[in-house]
Amino acid sequence: MVAVLAIIAFIVVAHQFSAPPVSPPAPPPAPAVAPGAELVVVLPSADGHVGTVIVESQGTRTVLNQPYAAKRIGRDAGTTQLSEQEVKSAFGAVLGSIPARPALFLLYFVTGTDELAEESKGELQRMLTELRRRPAPDILVIGHTDRVGSDADNDRLSLMRAERVRSSLVAQGIAAERIQASGRGEREPLVQTADGVDEPKNRRVEINVR
Amino acid sequence: MRWLVILAAAAFTAASYASDVGQIKNLSGAVHVERDGQRLAAAPGMGVKQADVLVTGADGSVGVTFLDNSLLSLGPSSTLAIDRYAFNSTTHDGQFDASLKRGTLAVVSGRMVKRSPDAMRVRTPSAIMGVRGTEFVVKVDEPAR
Repeated sequence: MVAVLAIIAFIVVAHQFSAPPVSPPAPPPAPAVAPGAELVVVLPSADGHVGTVIVESQGTRTVLNQPYAAKRIGRDAGTTQLSEQEVKSAFGAVLGSIPARPALFLLYFVTGTDELAEESKGELQRMLTELRRRPAPDILVIGHTDRVGSDADNDRLSLMRAERVRSSLVAQGIAAERIQASGRGEREPLVQTADGVDEPKNRRVEINVR
Repeated sequence: MRWLVILAAAAFTAASYASDVGQIKNLSGAVHVERDGQRLAAAPGMGVKQADVLVTGADGSVGVTFLDNSLLSLGPSSTLAIDRYAFNSTTHDGQFDASLKRGTLAVVSGRMVKRSPDAMRVRTPSAIMGVRGTEFVVKVDEPAR
């Protein structure tokens, strides 16, 4: 009996050792015993929407989906409702350190060119103002086209538009290595159209500022 | 042949560990990053990698923006491990596992959670939190009142 168990244990261990390391190791499971008290609180998001946090602890599962709904674990364990003021005084420092929200800007272009449309020049200035507010911005510039012309031409044109925006940012003193430019051609129209339609809203560059 | 495949897989895993998955955007006070057994002083603009551990001092706090626009911040005397981070910017599929060992953490979920609700998990010493598109805060070892 002991011998059989030993063989089974050996097979299990050997099997574990032979498994190829193809994926990163899974994080260890949380221990069953709490070393101290913990508190989780759901917040209303910047746009007012409240999502859900599911807390699993010591075999119980708690759904928190109201603003400032809270769960305590360990000391005074249980679900409770905090006030905005209580949350701000307990979490002031960490709430004050949330990075600036990523911002999206859209610039439009003259048909068939990498010339910025007149109405987008103000938006470019707004983006520069936003960039200068951030201590360490990284910037994703993605060019798009309308559906006039061949796929290959549009791939080239979309990249030209993105590169044009990139160089105007560099000319404004933004470090080049902080900007990634790419072109998506006509693959992601903002407005769905038939092929060959020169929809102005599709001739655009999206700029994600983080 | 089999060993070649395993070696290649290991090399690929090592390579994917090396790339930045986020960036430190703001900090104050003492903040450092533990990486490969080394202790690196943190600064705005510094890349964050999978398996990094972020540590703040008694006067420290730090904010990090990740590739999928998830935002995390740590308050004073906090330790957070980035256990796993993967994100496909084309499909928005991904997985984000982080562990708060002590201190305070704020989370604003990003694109991968919009794409699949089970993509993000935050662990504390005694709980696991699943995140369904939301903002929340966590405190470990809350002091007695």
